[in-house]
Amino acid sequence: MKEIRVVRRGDGEYPRRLQEIPGPPGELYIMGDLPGEERASVAVIGARDCSEYGRHVANRLGRILGKNGIQVISGMARGIDGIAQQAAVEAGGSSFAVLGSGVDICYPAQNRRLYEKLKTAGGLLSEYPPGTPVRAWHFPPRNRIVSGLSDAVIVVEARERSGTLITVDMALEQGKEVYAVPGRLTDGLSAGCNRLLKLGAGILLDPGEFLEELGEIAAKRGILLSAGASGEKEKVPRDALPQTAYRLLTEEPHLRQLYDALDFLPRSSEQIKERLSGEWGEGQTAAGLMRLCMERLAVQVSPGRFCLRGEE
Amino acid sequence: MYSTVISGALQGVSAYLVFVEVDVASGLPCFSMVGSLSGEVKESRERVSVALKNAGFDLPPKKVTVNLSPADRRKEGSAFDLPIAVGILNALNCFGQSAAEEILFLGELGLNGELKGVRGVLPIVREAAARGIRQCIVPAANAGEGAVIPGIRVRGAENIGEVFAFLTQGQEEKEELLSGGMGDVWGASAQEREDILDFEQVNGQDAARRAAEIAAAGFHNLLMVGPPGAGKSMIARRIPGILPPLTLEESLEVTSVVSVAGLMEEGKGLVKTRPFQSPHHTISLAALTGGGVSPRPGMISLAHRGVLFLDELPEFQQTVLDSLRQPLEERRIHISRAGGNVTYPSDFMLVCAMNPCPCGYYPDRNRCRCTDPQVRRYMRRVSGPILDRIDLCVELQPVDIRELKSRKKPESSASIRERVLRARRCQEQRFQGTSRRFNADMEVSDIEKYCVLGKEEQAFMEKLYCSLQLSARSYHRILKVARTIADLEGQETLGVEQLLEASCYRPSLEYWMM
Repeated sequence: MKEIRVVRRGDGEYPRRLQEIPGPPGELYIMGDLPGEERASVAVIGARDCSEYGRHVANRLGRILGKNGIQVISGMARGIDGIAQQAAVEAGGSSFAVLGSGVDICYPAQNRRLYEKLKTAGGLLSEYPPGTPVRAWHFPPRNRIVSGLSDAVIVVEARERSGTLITVDMALEQGKEVYAVPGRLTDGLSAGCNRLLKLGAGILLDPGEFLEELGEIAAKRGILLSAGASGEKEKVPRDALPQTAYRLLTEEPHLRQLYDALDFLPRSSEQIKERLSGEWGEGQTAAGLMRLCMERLAVQVSPGRFCLRGEE
Repeated sequence: MYSTVISGALQGVSAYLVFVEVDVASGLPCFSMVGSLSGEVKESRERVSVALKNAGFDLPPKKVTVNLSPADRRKEGSAFDLPIAVGILNALNCFGQSAAEEILFLGELGLNGELKGVRGVLPIVREAAARGIRQCIVPAANAGEGAVIPGIRVRGAENIGEVFAFLTQGQEEKEELLSGGMGDVWGASAQEREDILDFEQVNGQDAARRAAEIAAAGFHNLLMVGPPGAGKSMIARRIPGILPPLTLEESLEVTSVVSVAGLMEEGKGLVKTRPFQSPHHTISLAALTGGGVSPRPGMISLAHRGVLFLDELPEFQQTVLDSLRQPLEERRIHISRAGGNVTYPSDFMLVCAMNPCPCGYYPDRNRCRCTDPQVRRYMRRVSGPILDRIDLCVELQPVDIRELKSRKKPESSASIRERVLRARRCQEQRFQGTSRRFNADMEVSDIEKYCVLGKEEQAFMEKLYCSLQLSARSYHRILKVARTIADLEGQETLGVEQLLEASCYRPSLEYWMM
């Protein structure tokens, strides 16, 4: 499994999707597999230094795509790329990383675990021969392969001027659908995404909806969503709480109140207290929040900040 | 003629008596000194002879020999000037042989005969009192410091002439000469505290205020993480004000260290406020832990029974931070140098503050452009062993302008201190007859003894252990902190609420290292 293969243009194995893009790579070095031609694939990309929000969304998207058998393509970079890919393989899906170095080099080193996992749960791809070190100018060309291998590109978080937008340009040039995750006006890390939305990118609001739209895109391109993908959609279980948690929140109204004051944006206990009615002592708030964390309803993202827990 | 005069010398923060033996005999005129003396003690010969001359005493051309006994311990400092001078006058029969008996002398002489303050008066006087000496004469500048010891009369003198006058007078006249009282300084002014720094002035930051209160109540070490300007040092500086007041015994310990370090304010008696030491992050190892050829106390000893505040924790040198490990564990520090081995106390509460990243604004991604590896590297500078010794960790948020302006008035230090005192009383009862004083001192065996969990709480803790993926160490820390929270509330047993709240403050930098 560990050996590195080469696929050249003209080989039968050479990805059909890449033949269609301008400037296709002459050869591809591969560890693991190539993305399946008959299965839909989606690129999830975004900022390296992402926010909590981006982390959360990337994780959630990766998981949903992975569970639905959609191949996640990305660059295995720090931040959004790696998080989405990690989530996809953890959910049992497959994911493919296009690297800016030889496939035998794990960059960044912190994604070593993901790198190893991708050898079996997907693949590692590069147009650079093994042993090629990482160079800054390798990344823009690498991005055309990321978008080229995908049927749609999702931008989770990007600053106004971000390397991620290079991938978007290439995707548009290649005629791929681009989706952006909307963010708050005040978040610098969402500025790039919001700009894309203004320019007409697809709005990614609900992963379920996205899957439906992806089905249409895939159908147009003659690719089928893998079995079960279009049928079984993941819903955010905000209302459908696990039985035990539901019981806890009904029995303890003060916990219910705390739970209702939380959302996916990490907040300090003080900010949370502002949304509560009545007198809440600091100790009481802290204890309540920790209780929610213990019941896996909330997450303590840092010693002083809490947010709702996403779906498992 | 031969005479002996009592004096004393320091050994760490304790002291021992030194007997100054002087012999004046006929022979070739000379002045020699023996007894394992350091440079400044040897120079005493010049100071003493000139001071005596200028005070009007003519030294006859005789052979003067001075020995400081015990002769095998190295003597340092300038406090032997006065006892040597008195010993010479005594050997010359200037006053009755018994006049200088049973009196301890300490002091440095100027060439004009004036007496100057010296360091370490308190520990020496304390030792003298313990050895049954009932009187001592020290420089007037140190009289207040010496006077706190009960059972010994401490007299302050301005110059050698006053001392001579005192020694030549009869018993009744003596009482009038040389001021100085007996150990009643404590009772009179124990309540005098000057707390300009009050928690009233801290707006918002409820979580940090709460953590500071818990830390103060159980003497737990505290770590505050937050952006610049959030109020980390502001809170740290106010912690001594909510700690329980020093007991007499503690006050004596603190004053001894200050006295040995030569930092006593002139004329001041006991130190009655909890120390607060805040070294700059460029501090050297020796300055922090104590050192020098003959080791002097460092910052950690000056913070004894008080707060050692390390601002910008990751900026401290790694070796300097790691040197805190032993003192944090043993509550004292052994220093071995050429000049000897000493042990200084270092039972301090460690309060640390740090930014979450080099620029300080992480996780606010609108302001912080530090990359994740940068953040991780920054966090890693705080070594695990130091983190292991911190019981509480709290995050501060940037202060909202609304909170600065409106909102209800923050609670004052006085009312926080009341709760802390209640917790302190619980701990006094709990640890009666043991060497422990605060919940933070508890070892694993103590935790098992004093933090007994009910059946329900036990099951709860097991669940918490799994869901938060705790280590055994953090499990015990949560119990310790929960004990303090229960003490603050005056509760006998640990409840679920206290355990949960304690778990919220468990120190872990993993959050930022994901």
